[in-house]
Amino acid sequence: MTKQALLQISDLRLAYDGRQVLSGLELEVRRGEVVALMGLSGVGKTSALRAVAALQGFEGGHILVDGFALQPGPVPPEARLKSLRRRVGLVFQGHALFDHLTSLENVTLALTHVLGRRREEALDVAMRLLASLGVGGRAGARPRQLSGGEAQRVAIARALAPDPALLLMDEPTAALDPARRGSLGRTLRRIAVDQGGRGLLIATHDAEFARAHADRVAILAEGTVVETGPAAAVLDGPRHEATRALLAAGDGS
Amino acid sequence: MSRRLGFLAPALLAATCLGAQGRPDATLLWGGDAEGGAPFVEADPADASRVRGFDVEVAEAIARGLGRHARFIQVQWSSIDQSVERGDFAVGLSGMEDTPTRRARHAVTVPYFEFRELLAVRPEDRGRFSDLAALRGRRVATLGGTMAYDILLAARDSIGLIPVSYDDDVHPYADLAAGRVDAVLLDHIIAQRALHRLGGGFVIQPEAVAFGRYVGVLARADSALRDSVDVVLRAAMRDGTLERIFRRWNVWDPRQGELFRSVAGEGGTPPSEATRSGAGSVWAYLPSLGRAAVVTAVLSFLSMTLAVGVGLLVASGRVYGPAPVRAVMTAYVELIRGTPLLLQLFVLYYGLSGVVRLPAFLAAVLGLGLNYAAYEAEIYRGALEAVPRAQLEAARTLGFSETQILRLVRGPQALRYALAPMTNDFVALFKDSSLVSVITVVELTKQTAIYATNVGSWIVPGALCAVVYLAMSLPLARLARRLEQRWSAA
Repeated sequence: MTKQALLQISDLRLAYDGRQVLSGLELEVRRGEVVALMGLSGVGKTSALRAVAALQGFEGGHILVDGFALQPGPVPPEARLKSLRRRVGLVFQGHALFDHLTSLENVTLALTHVLGRRREEALDVAMRLLASLGVGGRAGARPRQLSGGEAQRVAIARALAPDPALLLMDEPTAALDPARRGSLGRTLRRIAVDQGGRGLLIATHDAEFARAHADRVAILAEGTVVETGPAAAVLDGPRHEATRALLAAGDGS
Repeated sequence: MSRRLGFLAPALLAATCLGAQGRPDATLLWGGDAEGGAPFVEADPADASRVRGFDVEVAEAIARGLGRHARFIQVQWSSIDQSVERGDFAVGLSGMEDTPTRRARHAVTVPYFEFRELLAVRPEDRGRFSDLAALRGRRVATLGGTMAYDILLAARDSIGLIPVSYDDDVHPYADLAAGRVDAVLLDHIIAQRALHRLGGGFVIQPEAVAFGRYVGVLARADSALRDSVDVVLRAAMRDGTLERIFRRWNVWDPRQGELFRSVAGEGGTPPSEATRSGAGSVWAYLPSLGRAAVVTAVLSFLSMTLAVGVGLLVASGRVYGPAPVRAVMTAYVELIRGTPLLLQLFVLYYGLSGVVRLPAFLAAVLGLGLNYAAYEAEIYRGALEAVPRAQLEAARTLGFSETQILRLVRGPQALRYALAPMTNDFVALFKDSSLVSVITVVELTKQTAIYATNVGSWIVPGALCAVVYLAMSLPLARLARRLEQRWSAA
């Protein structure tokens, strides 16, 4: 690919709770590309996403997001992260919707209070996003009234509202049945190619989902990416034993 | 035969016991308040387990005359009437005033001492505050539930002075010297003792505002014993026993001789001159109960407002502050929650009076407010921490500042968690506000106690008081329930 990488992680080293989680992670995500970061649970997928979203500091290496560089050390003050926040969206595994607000308000809140959009404009953007994600009818519902799949779609809409170039998702298929996984995959594909191309980095251990919907997979084991390449190639012809272990675990479940 | 005897033995034993109970006992239980102090009743400095004072010696003289031993029971002064009626002891003696209410409710002995109600004022006011009429618009202190208090209540309506009720007879004089009140009206014995103790700071006006007499109080049903006590008292007046006692305690004056001649001379007891109060019906007390209810409501509202404000600051300090701020806030919360509110009120009002002289109502608002602030702070801290961390992180990834997160995401949800415990606290504060009567604020409970003392029964005043409290607290609880329902349904 000739396109400039949207996300470039080089030699990322990160400890969590006194345990070395990542020790030299290398990863790239380009515009229009869906990348699955795969590995068994506890291998550091979430930590990598959190480091990119500047929710967690790191000890070594570099993270470059669409021209914004994160340096090793603790998380910088929010005031210095403003332009990163506009570039990166994160969909949490548990969705983390604001419980006291409706779906619509969850989506408009950042538009009006962070980006300073007028209320009517924010409502318009939010309604279109919710509709495009198939939850337009649930705009007035509170998070507690939503099903898991609906809550996830509202959370995606909320993350996409500021129009980030890079969307991070943590275990999006964890709470979905197979039919919904397929529908989610098609939605993500649409998001990736939308509006000139977004990059999607999805942390998952769901090999079937990754094979069907990701352009590329990166297998994470022992703190580094041990194998990477086109999804079908890596998952159908695993070369590293960690990949085989991951596939075996997936089959078992 | 032996069977019948076997049956009789326990019956005889029971009869003996009953007999022993019905027969005049070897001891005469008498009640008084040693906290009131000398020269009535006080703990003996030589032996704290014993009491001394002229009322102690009067009680001993009565017991001797009845062929019994006197035994002292400690009772709070304002409860002596209720306690004697309950049967806790036979005679109450502790500077008990001869009032129409007391005569109507209990069996009362002949008066054995005549006292004068005297005004005490600061030395510089000696010239201008010579009588009650000169004290229009001024604060005049006394002991609650006394004849002096009734006189002040009457003077509030006729003259326009401001009565201030205390729970004890020491602090009125201390507050007079400190400038919190402008005069004190109390029995001459109490005034002289206070002057002796404090060694100045005020002077006693020579002109008596009123006269009154001390009597012994017995249960209404005990009129037979009362008659025997009267016989003993009259004899003690005639044979000089009482005069010797009063001279020993330096409270003898010619007026006592006149009283003895009139009491011991005739068979009947002269009605007391101190019949100023006249109150006693429910209607007479309703306006003052209403005023006290307003005091309670305003006090609770202001205190809760302060508690919420300070509580929010302390909770924010504990959640967001740097380590030293957190330590200070934690220390505050633990100190306040670990010590009694009563102690905090005393320290604030009396303890700090050398540094800052807070008016009673302000001290009450501060005391209650700062106390409840510690509890509110813990509620808010818990509520803030109950908002899931993932939501706060989600807000950060969306670009909100910390202040915005608190205002838009964390605060509104914490408020919902905090609402129910806050309402509970407000109702609790509302009831705890009765404690501020110890620093002279007359609120609903205190007013009820005064009322109950005066009419000699807790039944009607207690019921009225409960109705007023419920009328204020039930709507609150209801409002909170409604708010909660609305938010949880949404």
